[in-house]
This record gives sequence, structure tokens and C-alpha cells, in this order.
Amino acid sequence: MESLQGYRGLTLKLLRDAGVKVRDHIRVYRGEDVFEGILMPRIELGEKENLVIKLANGYNVGVRVTSQTKIEKVEVEEKPNQNHVEFKVEEKEGLPEVYILGTGGTIASRVEYRTGAVYPSLTTEDLYRSIPELSNLAKIKTKVLFNIFSENMTPKHWSEIAKTTAKILEEEKVNGVIIAHGTDTMGYTASALSFALQNPPTPIILVGSQRSSDRPSSDAALNLIGAVRAAAYAPFAEVTVAMHEWVADEAIVFHRGTKVRKCHTSRRDAFQSINTKPIAKMVENKIVMLTEDYRRRGEGELTLKPDFDERVALLKFYPGFNPQIVEWLIEQKYLGIVFEGTGLGHVGKYCFDSIKKAVDSGLVVAMTSQCIWGSIRMTVYDTGRDLLSLGVIPLKDMLPETALVKMMWSFGQTKNPEKVKELMLKNIAGEYSERLPL
Amino acid sequence: MVDYSRIGLKVGLEIHRQLDTKHKLFCSCPTKLSQKKPEIVFVRRLRPTQSELGQFDPAALFEFKKGKIIVYEADRETSCLVESDEEPPHNLNLEAVKTALQAALLLNSKPVDEIHVMRKIVIDGSNTCGFQRTCIVALGGFLEVDGKRFPIQTICLEEDAARKVGEDEKRTVYRLDRLGIPLIEVATAPTISTPEEAEKVALAIGKILRSTGKVKRGIGSIRQDLNISIRDGALIEVKGVQELNLISKVVEYEVQRQLKLLEIRDELKKRGLREEELKEEFYDVTEVFRETKSGIIRRALEAGGVVLAVKLPKTAGLLKVELEPKLRFGTELSDRAVFYGGVGGIFHTDELPAYGITQTEVEKVKSILGVSGLDSAVIVADKPEKAGDALKAVVERVREALKGVPEETRSAKPDGTTRYMRPRPGAARLYPETDVPPIPISLGMVEEAKKTLPPPIDKQVEGLMGEFKINRKLAEQLLDSDYQGLFRRAVEVGVPPSFAASALTETMKSLERKGVPVENLSDEDILDVFRLIGEGKTAKESFSTLIEWMAKTGGKALEALERLGLKTLTTHEVEVVVERKLLENMDYLRQNPSRAFNHLMKVVMAEVRGRAEARVVAEVVRGCLSRHGIT
Ligand SMILES: [Zn+2]
Repeated sequence: MESLQGYRGLTLKLLRDAGVKVRDHIRVYRGEDVFEGILMPRIELGEKENLVIKLANGYNVGVRVTSQTKIEKVEVEEKPNQNHVEFKVEEKEGLPEVYILGTGGTIASRVEYRTGAVYPSLTTEDLYRSIPELSNLAKIKTKVLFNIFSENMTPKHWSEIAKTTAKILEEEKVNGVIIAHGTDTMGYTASALSFALQNPPTPIILVGSQRSSDRPSSDAALNLIGAVRAAAYAPFAEVTVAMHEWVADEAIVFHRGTKVRKCHTSRRDAFQSINTKPIAKMVENKIVMLTEDYRRRGEGELTLKPDFDERVALLKFYPGFNPQIVEWLIEQKYLGIVFEGTGLGHVGKYCFDSIKKAVDSGLVVAMTSQCIWGSIRMTVYDTGRDLLSLGVIPLKDMLPETALVKMMWSFGQTKNPEKVKELMLKNIAGEYSERLPL
Repeated sequence: MVDYSRIGLKVGLEIHRQLDTKHKLFCSCPTKLSQKKPEIVFVRRLRPTQSELGQFDPAALFEFKKGKIIVYEADRETSCLVESDEEPPHNLNLEAVKTALQAALLLNSKPVDEIHVMRKIVIDGSNTCGFQRTCIVALGGFLEVDGKRFPIQTICLEEDAARKVGEDEKRTVYRLDRLGIPLIEVATAPTISTPEEAEKVALAIGKILRSTGKVKRGIGSIRQDLNISIRDGALIEVKGVQELNLISKVVEYEVQRQLKLLEIRDELKKRGLREEELKEEFYDVTEVFRETKSGIIRRALEAGGVVLAVKLPKTAGLLKVELEPKLRFGTELSDRAVFYGGVGGIFHTDELPAYGITQTEVEKVKSILGVSGLDSAVIVADKPEKAGDALKAVVERVREALKGVPEETRSAKPDGTTRYMRPRPGAARLYPETDVPPIPISLGMVEEAKKTLPPPIDKQVEGLMGEFKINRKLAEQLLDSDYQGLFRRAVEVGVPPSFAASALTETMKSLERKGVPVENLSDEDILDVFRLIGEGKTAKESFSTLIEWMAKTGGKALEALERLGLKTLTTHEVEVVVERKLLENMDYLRQNPSRAFNHLMKVVMAEVRGRAEARVVAEVVRGCLSRHGIT
């Protein structure tokens, strides 16, 4: 951390001249007023010439700095804070083992009360301490693979996660693997792992939190309890996402990795299974299966297929869509395009020439619907029939995001467009629903 | 009579008032309470957050260990995703900031250059996030009361908490409507030196805040916290004093409590009690109570509990010392046992035999514990773990007694006494609310606040007298009532000012005294009644009757009008009544023409009171008499 984090301009100069750094005890003279307290880091958002000071009563205030402002460092003796209690948790013997792989997000964190900084923390000890229930559920091992915001996740990271998970399943005696993940692109990663880790012997569960773990109300704790319980004991062996069923801290649902989508920016129940129900649910400390259609634990052998080819685009069609975008993708040597078409799977007639060009150039062009819910059906209207005859492949009720991930994965397996088409139409990881629920 | 300066009394006040802003502090929900049934109910758990040292705040940890489930009730009109902690807070409400700036100007306090919103950890569930958002708007300042200057420390804006609507052993139920209503908090320095002074300063601050015209009225919109200490005593935070006129009593009682605790300390020292003698050695004395007549103990045993006892050396006779009315030293021990052990209460030998516990049982316990002479014993019956935690807390409290007065947070009761609430939290519970950007206070904002600053109360009184031609008494009452906003709106809908003023002050007060729950009425409800009067749909005389019915039934003004038959009569309807009464009284009227007008008025008004204005009736009566040739 920089010693004068966030400070700029005159303020930075005055602070430097006074020889102070963030967390120092300082005195600031502004006209007849004197402010005394701890210099806090400056978040980038604030006005330029303000410094932030934590007063003795614990409050932060901003003080405007001018050329008249005087700043001085105050030497104070650090008083040990005795108003805190240790909270120890003992590890129990004979519990199943669960592995938690950290990739980002703050499923667990520590708050530095002095400055308010939040540090992610994924040590077993910290997990047990902030969520004591975990120590009764499983023996937990943790490893931080990387620590990135989920919007910075790329297919290369998916490969990494898949390979590491496979290695854990091979080398460790674990009942399940949990992947802590930022929520923004957790749905994509879930989908990617569903294709990359086929026939897993145990549950592979992605988990995140919608409300940050630095707040006592965070959903992280219950989500993680649900994930650990399922990883340790649930009968299913699939890639799933474990998140709140609703706004209450009551039930955690397990969404199939290929059918899940983030549908709200902030709510605890942002993750929804589309066109199907979640496969299981944890309520009152019990895992209940919600369907008979799931892979059982211990069936078959894990096949690792961790390769993805990023040269696939997801295009949302909209009124005014410029077909030049398709032409550009052809030029850029893209291998495939997944359309998010309107309604039952349509794009405007004025795009047909470009789409034909794409197909003729060897690109795989597939159709999904931007309606999110429901299936496409391209034989109902002329437009759909025309697109089919151009060679566009209909992906029924597959989610657009899942279709994108699957096509990237397919091109990771083969560069042969015909083989990719075959893979795209085959139900590999539950990405197609047999029937849509009423 | 206590000499407060000799014992070094220091009192600081924190005055809270709800602000009557259009929206809540961090979202666009209205700042009103809901009368509706809850539309959404959900449960939550709150957890203490870990500090950088892997440690937890003790107050937060104990709250968590109680393992209570929190139930939230909400309705869509008064709560949104923000109150339910399902989305980040919106930006700080600038209308509230402006009011706080005005309060700062009136209290000679200096606005900060930039407001930083903080999170104050509170995990009893009263805030869905597990923290209350609070920020300093201004620092320093003073007010003068009776020629003495009292320094102000801070002026803060904070969110009001959710409303507790139910509680049992397993769950606490909160309603979300109140959560997020802006509160202004004015904190004085601890320089107040007598109970009376404390009350006067509180009153003066209340008046200043009211003069902004932006504070809410009614029960729950005003709360005071007091910080009270005496020399050799401790700093005690008393939370939730609802009535201003209770403040001096709370201070008096707290001083009394601390003095008594110091006496107990001295007595314990005189008896030679050393800390090492207070041991956490708990004896299982369940066997003594196998056949007990004590209902409490029997029920505890039947539920699988045990009876644990501990010896408290050299404390005999002190447990029954009264610290303040209804509060003995034994009660303090019991309150701690209840808080930390979750038990129903304790028994101690200063009060036994009693509650069905016999002398024989007491003697048996004493002999098991080795209690003799000046020793006493405390007994608790509950599940083993709870009983153990309870006795641990009891022993700890006696250890504290050896040192004097323990620092703690206490809650105020309606009679002015206080009870143990929780340990005093450290200042470390504040950390930045990173979801809300800092708000710079520009000179422009301060200028704007200054420009629209309401004049001092005295000037406001004269202003009201001049503007509305009402007398001083009414004007003062009006300003005291928090109904000024409503008064202006009433005048706007066509009600004569002096009537509106007396209705909102004298009439409302007398209804309140009668026990009519006028606090149930919103400003809109009351305004509806004024509207009916202004539009001539009912008479002024019906105000009190309509308000009473609405407050009691929760009904609306129009409904009240229908139900009570207080609709204004048309002139024609009045004429019919007058004509009928004239015929009935014809003989008398002809014989006494000089008294005819007054008599007819009297009998007609008796029938139409509340449904016709006297002025209208008089006109009809006059016309009618003259048509019949009676003059
Ligand atoms: Zn709201």
C-alpha cells in the first residue's frame, strides 16, 4: 500500500513536507480550527484538496486543504485495544474433507477497524472463526488460486480452475470442491466447468456473495455453509452454483452450472435457474434433492477437457443492429458466433447476407433467444426458416451465455466446424431442457 | 440533598430528533410509519465481522452467541431494497443535510468540509445491514442557557433503526418502516453539572431543532441518550429517554446508584474481600431441590435443568441494598445473569427463604457451599450451560463491585430508573461506509442553509402573530407543538388561522389528555379534516369529534363524516329545521318577540350543532322570523 494512498496535488505536497503517512496521528490547523486524529487513505472519488482524518470518537471527516493549512505529525503511544475478545474454534475429528479454492470475491474478509480497509481472507482458520458452524460440518482445506474481480475472469482462468480442480480431485481425498468466485461472471465459469470437468466424482460448487462479507448481514456465510454441506454430504456430483433462494437467510439452492444466470444486480437471490428448477436445496441444515434427474456421487470417472478457444462472439441482435459487426468478426478470423436473437430466434432480414457470408467462410453461427426464458423455435415464421436454411443452428432453450461458453469449449476440442455443430447440438452437461415447466 | 459539584457530576447529552424530510436518509422511501399489515416477512442472521487481529467486538459477539433469529416485516410502500439490505444505499439525502447545516448554524457549530458516512456495528437486528449509518455534519459550537454556555461536540445525521414489534426467546421481530428515517443527533460536551441543568439544556436544544421546522412530532420521534459520570464512579451511557421531563430524574437516580455502589465497594473492602476469593466454583445442588415447592425451580428441573449455586464471600446483606427505586444490588447481578446466561433470573440468600424456597433448603445449600457468617450464595436453575454462564456473569459482577462502578450501557425505564443493557462498546466499532461517496460541503450549501434559515423562536412567534393575526399565546403554543407546517397548510385550505391554531394546540392537547391516540394520525389525516371544514362540508365544531373517531378507529376523514352524521346542512336544510322549530315554538315566540331570536337560535343550534355554522343559522333565523312578522 502506498504511504499516502489517494492523495494528490497540494495536499500530497503538504503531507509529504510534514513527513506524515497514512495511519499517522496528525494535527491539522485550518484557520482557528484544529483537527486531530489519524490520517486515513483517500479514496479516489473524493474532492482533490481534502484530507480525511479519523477523530478520537471514531468518525471520519474531510478537511479542506489550502495553502494556509498547517499539518503536523503527533507522536502518540499506541494503546493496546483490550476491548476485543478472541474467539477460538476447535477442529473436530472424523469429518469429511472439503477443499475450497479461492479465485476472487470476498466470501470471507477481515475489516481493519482503524482505517476501514477490508482484506479478503481465505485461511481455514479465518473461515472457521467467522463461520464457526463450518468446523462442525467438514475438515476444510483452502488454497487461493488467484484473487481477481470476476469481470476480469477470462477463458484462460476457466482452464486454470478446471485443471486445479481436477488435480485436487485426483490427489486429495476430498468429498467435494468449492470454488469461491465473484458473482458477476460466476454463471459463465459454472458453465465452463460443467463442460471442462465431465463426470466428476463429487460435487463441484461455485459460491459467492451478493452483499459484501464486511457487513454482518452478508449472505456469504449461509452460502458457504450451504456449499460446504453439499460438498461434504450431498448425493449429487455435478457442477452447481450455491446461492440464496430468496432474500431470507433460510434456504440455499443449488443451480445446475449450465442453467444458471445472474438476474439481479444486488439481491441475494440474483442467481436463478432458467427454464428449470435448481437441482437441490438446503433448508434447516438438510440437503433436499428437487429432481431425480441428476448425476450421483461416485458414478463414472472424471474426464478433464480444459481447453477453450476465445474466438467466439456473443452478439445481441437489436433494432438497428449493424451487420458490419458480423463482417468484422469474419475478418478477425473468428470461429463462431452465437446470436441472442429476438423472440423465437430471429434477426432482421438485412443481416442475412452477412450471416451467409459467415457460414460460407466456415464460421459456426448459432441462435439463442434474448428473452432468457423459453426456447427458440425457428420453424414458426419465415425469418426463422430462412435463417435455418442459411445454416444457422438452433440451440433450443440453451442460455446465450452457456451457448457462448460451450462453443468456446467446443472449438477447444476440435477446429472442425461440423464436429463443433455436432457438439453444440448434443446435450453434454444438462444445457438443454427436455421439457419446459409450466 | 446531594451536592452535585462536590461529587463531580458530569453529564453529556445526545439529543435525537427524527427529521420530517420527504425521503429517508439513503433511499427514496417516505419517512412515515406503516399502519398496514406486513406484506413481506423474512428471517435473517447477523454475524460479527472479524477485525484485522482476528478478533471480535465483545458486544457483537455476545449478541451473536445468543443465536437469535431476526424476523423482518415490511410493506412495499415504506420499504424498498435498501431497507432490506438487498441493494446498496443511495446517496445521502441532501434535504436532511441542509436541515443539519441549519441546526449547526443555530448552535454556532462549524460544518465539516466533507461528510464521511460511517458504519456503526449494531447486530441486535435493528439494522438489516448489521450497522447503523451515521456521519458528522458539524463540529463544535455552543448554546446558552440561563447565562451559562454549554459546548456542543458534534452534530450528526444517522439512520433511525427498525421498529421492534415483538420478541421471544428465539426471535426478535422488527418492522422495516422506521429504518432509514433521518435522525439528527446533537451531542453536548460532558459539562452539565446538575440534573436540572441537564433537563434545561435538553429542552433548549429541542427548541432550536424544532425551529428548523423540519423535525417530526409525536411519540418515538424524540429520544435522548445521557452520559453520566461522577468522580470515582464510571461513565454510564443511558439509552432511550423518551420524555424530556424525565431527564433530571434519570440523572438523580443514576448518581444515587453510583454513590451506593461506591458505598458497597467500601464496605467490601472493609470486610477484607479480595478478588482471588471470588471463585468460579459452581456446585450442583439439584438434589437439595428434588421435592421443592418452588414453582420456578421445579419447572426448570422438569425441563431437564439443574440447580447450580455459587458462594459469594463477605457479601451478606449487600445484595439487598437498594441502589435506586426498585433496583437492588441483587437485581444488578440478576440482570447480568439474564444477559449472559439467558436465564430467567437468580435467587440470592439475602432474599431467601421466599419464592417457595424453604429455610431448610437454604441451609442445605449453605452447608454444601460452606457459606457462613458474612458470606452469601446465589442459586440459579436452568440448563447446565446457561446456568453456568449466568453464575460466571454474577461472579464477574461482584468482582467489578470490588472496583466500584462498572462502565456499561443502561436503558431508561419510563419511571426514570435504568437497567443493565449491554457492555459499553468501544469507538472501534466505526468504520467507513464504502458504498456511499463522501459529500463535500461547499460554501454554496452553507450559504443556502443560511439564507433559508428560520428566524429564532421569538422572531417566529412575532412572525406568526403578524402574518396570521393570532395572539401570542396561540403562536407560542403552535411553535411548541411541532404542528407549524400543518398549521400553514390548514390555513391554505381555507380554515381561519386562529381556529387552526387552537385546534392544533388546545384541542389536540385535550384529546391527548383524554387518552385519545392522536399520534396514530398522520399530518394528511388531520389536514383532511381541515379541508372538510375549509370547504364548508362540516362545521368547525366537529373538529374534535372527527379527530377522536379517526384516531380511535383508524378511519379516514370522509368516513368519519358519514358515520358521525356531521355533514354540513345546506342552507335549504337549515331553513327546514328553522321553519319546523319556529312552528313548534310559535306561541312563545309571538309572546316574547324581544327574546325570539335568541330562543329560536338556541333550539335550532341544539339540533344542528356541528352540522351548520352559527353564522349561517343566524341568517336563516333572522329571515324566517321576519317572514313570519316576528320582530
Ligand atoms: Zn427504501
